[in-house]
Amino acid sequence: MTLLQVENVTKNFGSLVAVDQVSLSVAEGELRAIIGPNGAGKTTFFNMISGFFAPTRGRIVFAEKDVTGLSAAERVALGMARTFQVTEIFPELSVHGNLQIAVEVAMGYRFRPWLSRAKRRAVSERVDELVGLVGLGSKIDRLVGELSHGDQRANEIGLALALKPRLLLLDEPTAGMGDQETHEATALIQRLHREEHYTIVLIEHDMKVVFGLAEHITVLDRGALLAEGTPAEIGANQKVQAAYLGQPA
Amino acid sequence: MSWRRLNANQIILIVVWVVLLSAPAWIGGVGGYMALATRVVVLGLAAMSINFLLGFTGFMSFGHAAFFGLGAYGAGFTLKLLAANTLLSLLLGMLLGGVLGGLLGLLIVRRRGVYFAMVTIAFGQVFYFIAYRWNSLTGGDDGLRGFERAPLNVGPLTIDILNNAQAFYYFVLACFAVVTGIMGLLLRSPFGHTLLAIRENERRARFLGIPIERHVWASFTLSCFFMSFAGALYALLNNFADPSNLYYVMSGNIVIMAVLGGIRAFWGPLLGAAVFVVLQDYVSSVTTNWMSFVGMLFILVVLFFPRGLLGFVQNRGQRDTAPG
Repeated sequence: MTLLQVENVTKNFGSLVAVDQVSLSVAEGELRAIIGPNGAGKTTFFNMISGFFAPTRGRIVFAEKDVTGLSAAERVALGMARTFQVTEIFPELSVHGNLQIAVEVAMGYRFRPWLSRAKRRAVSERVDELVGLVGLGSKIDRLVGELSHGDQRANEIGLALALKPRLLLLDEPTAGMGDQETHEATALIQRLHREEHYTIVLIEHDMKVVFGLAEHITVLDRGALLAEGTPAEIGANQKVQAAYLGQPA
Repeated sequence: MSWRRLNANQIILIVVWVVLLSAPAWIGGVGGYMALATRVVVLGLAAMSINFLLGFTGFMSFGHAAFFGLGAYGAGFTLKLLAANTLLSLLLGMLLGGVLGGLLGLLIVRRRGVYFAMVTIAFGQVFYFIAYRWNSLTGGDDGLRGFERAPLNVGPLTIDILNNAQAFYYFVLACFAVVTGIMGLLLRSPFGHTLLAIRENERRARFLGIPIERHVWASFTLSCFFMSFAGALYALLNNFADPSNLYYVMSGNIVIMAVLGGIRAFWGPLLGAAVFVVLQDYVSSVTTNWMSFVGMLFILVVLFFPRGLLGFVQNRGQRDTAPG
């Protein structure tokens, strides 16, 4: 079943066409990568999907509902969660504190001035589960602002997972990471996809990461859709190679 | 419970309450007096109220004195025009400032950073000039006079809080305990956690699905209710309310108290208020230029203890859990 259907979206910033009539269809359970050279419009495209801003033209359908005009918070409520290129976390709270907030919000307790013992236990069990899932068990009481970049990313993914999203949007999950951290982040994403069966759309710069992870790859260049296919097809595509090497096709 | 197992927050909680409860026993011995201790508690409550918004939601208001002053005038009007009932005056004073704060809050929750601070100053000054100009009702520059706190009736008992300074102190302390207890519970709740989330990272909070404006409004309004309650107590303490209670300088002083003590520590603003009020009392008896001493202390604290006096003492890992 198609979970996310993006139809001919366009985004203009003044006279600049950042994204030009791009369509995308993501099936439930798929892991899709969006790649492209710098300035290809990947993040702009992502921001329209997650509701950071609205497209100038086009339509976005999520879980068979037209979400084009909905706010970010409303899309979150429908089951969309995202991470950012620059890690967005709660730096002066512990890992536990970070995830606790996300879990309480996800469970619908955000306006409660008080929680029963049973509900508090349910929150703390879910926090423990998430901490295990993203592999921060040994750092649960550390302040997130003091963790390594890779662990902060893992914490951010944990925040998104707390929402039990139907669609997980990851904006350059390995940006700025060393080899070891990239390896760990890739393993985490793979586990979320294969074992937890999350539907994931990610933007990635690192080709090694993309070709190792994704089943389908969408290539954007200068705001437009350039190619779409399996890693093998994309690897062999002349236009993609040209775009990346900066030569005319 | 063994003493070793107490964490920094629990120790601070115990010290705060031992000091506050025993104040009447030693305040005279150190050259103080009951009304000074009461002033510390009332202004401490005001500083903690502003800190609900500043330290735990991340929004700086420079106009909160308006709500402090509205609480003071509300209590004064009640005692003067309606009924000689202390509890009623506190309730109506709190409602006057809190409800107006809630209405203004609707207009300002979309502003951020320095714009938020500036809009709060502007609204604060509006109320200041109303109090200053509306002579027939407020007494203008001379302030609102002609009221005094009424005795408390507890069942068959009548407690004279007007002439018995110690009884009034304990009455104020009981009010302080209730309000700070509510604050502490709120900050520990899921709602309080969302406020921390907004302070820490508004974008992340939004993408967790928290409707930011609604929560900021709730925090602002609550802090206005707390603030005007403190203002109502202040009017009872002085049997007087005047326009300077609403002036932006008063807002600034309360922010200074909070920052001095430490805005990330629950009890920090109380300590800051104690330092500020005591320093003001002692130094102003020596020189009229007392503010320059407070100013120097403020600069030293900001430079060397950016987390405030109490924030410096407190255990780092536990600084955001608020003891009820």
